[in-house]
Amino acid sequence: MPLLLGSGVPGRYRRVVAAQTYFDAAAGLPPHPVARQAMLAAAEDGWADPAKLYGQGRRARQLLDAAREAVAEQLGVRADEIGFCASGTAAAQAGMQGVRVARQRVGATVAHSAIEHSSVLYAAGQGPTAPVPVDRLGRVDTEAFAAAVRAPGVAVAALISASHEVGTVQPVAAVAEACAGAGVPLLVDAAQSVGRMPVPGGWSLLSASARKWGGPAGVGVLAVRKGTRWLPPWPGAEPGSLDQPGALNLPAVVGAAAALRAVCAAAPDQAARLSALVARIRDQVAATVPDVEIVGDPVGRLPHLVTFSCLYVDGEALLHALDRAGFAVSSGSSCTASTLRPSHVLEAMGVLSHGNVRVSLHPDTTEEEVDRFLDVLPGLVGRLREEAGVVGL
Amino acid sequence: MTESPDVLDCRGQRCPLPVIALARRVPTVPVGAVVRVLADDPAAANDIPAWCRLRGQEFLGAVEADDATGFDVRRVI
Repeated sequence: MPLLLGSGVPGRYRRVVAAQTYFDAAAGLPPHPVARQAMLAAAEDGWADPAKLYGQGRRARQLLDAAREAVAEQLGVRADEIGFCASGTAAAQAGMQGVRVARQRVGATVAHSAIEHSSVLYAAGQGPTAPVPVDRLGRVDTEAFAAAVRAPGVAVAALISASHEVGTVQPVAAVAEACAGAGVPLLVDAAQSVGRMPVPGGWSLLSASARKWGGPAGVGVLAVRKGTRWLPPWPGAEPGSLDQPGALNLPAVVGAAAALRAVCAAAPDQAARLSALVARIRDQVAATVPDVEIVGDPVGRLPHLVTFSCLYVDGEALLHALDRAGFAVSSGSSCTASTLRPSHVLEAMGVLSHGNVRVSLHPDTTEEEVDRFLDVLPGLVGRLREEAGVVGL
Repeated sequence: MTESPDVLDCRGQRCPLPVIALARRVPTVPVGAVVRVLADDPAAANDIPAWCRLRGQEFLGAVEADDATGFDVRRVI
């Protein structure tokens, strides 16, 4: 089965994912055509060490500087507040660890929402933590967050901009204000929002991942606002640089920046279009699939992502059935996780975790694809319930 | 808590099987009776209370046993 039908010619996403309808944009997008073009050009032109003073090095430095400017502009910060890392995970972890090191006299506790991405939870778990609960819709309790950051010994707070699993947008502005009042820096993991919707300001650090916005894998962005107490958590960092030490994958960084500019320009239109498709999925699934729990905030949500859980259905079986029907989706059910634990996000919300499906759309998702999904889903769920003997339970 | 509840041994079963077993048992007991689901699947602690909420039954709480957790559910409708 050829997965790569494209010829490198800028084209539609569907060329790359022709075998299936790709509904897992929250995990990563196929590279935007502009990213591929920019990467190819930068591979010719930007292979040298940007720190060197000869001609090829200066050319690489120009490309790197331009990429940094472009990313900074889209995030609304200064270029010297932007660092590049090997992944979104590395960015989030470096952001958190760097504040923990710099503020160790204050304490080491990380206050965070219960629904952070696992990369943030792993980093937080290197020391004491203060998790803050969310409500049934997956929205963090602002009052509880404010109380958590006022407690003694908090080095840094972490809040995801919007849930990668259920789409609920978090009250970043209110939490940022509470953090500022308590003198605690706030790290916002904006991986799902950047390139799709604006992220409110007021944060001290922000992390993002290029593959989530249509850039290549292998590029993370860490923004650190001026005045934030942050020390590079890795050995041998260049003084004053926010970049992860070691040779950056410059063509990938250039591709990431080009893609970000392109997706941000199209973001308002895409958000309106995809949000309407997500609304259609939310309504139709609730209407056509019995005993289904549509998860997450119906209004304050990401434009491209919807999650639902089907009572009595095995999540893994549903994933495979959808795969055979030509749809690539994700799931938070325990049977689909290597740990065999249900998603901590669904747990924190107290919603059904089995039979869970996450559908996330991308700029090339068509109405026809969504309609075809909505056509086949009720039959697939019904068949799995029949096989399990749970119809009418 | 409750006196000698009806026990469903779902040890070794993965979700959604303990929830399915519970859904089968509850209609067979009188309103007001308690069913205890003994489960060791990590998803049970989340999905049994969620099932109770969706089905309008009362989740009474969890009791730790030797090698599993007992989840007590009272039939109210």
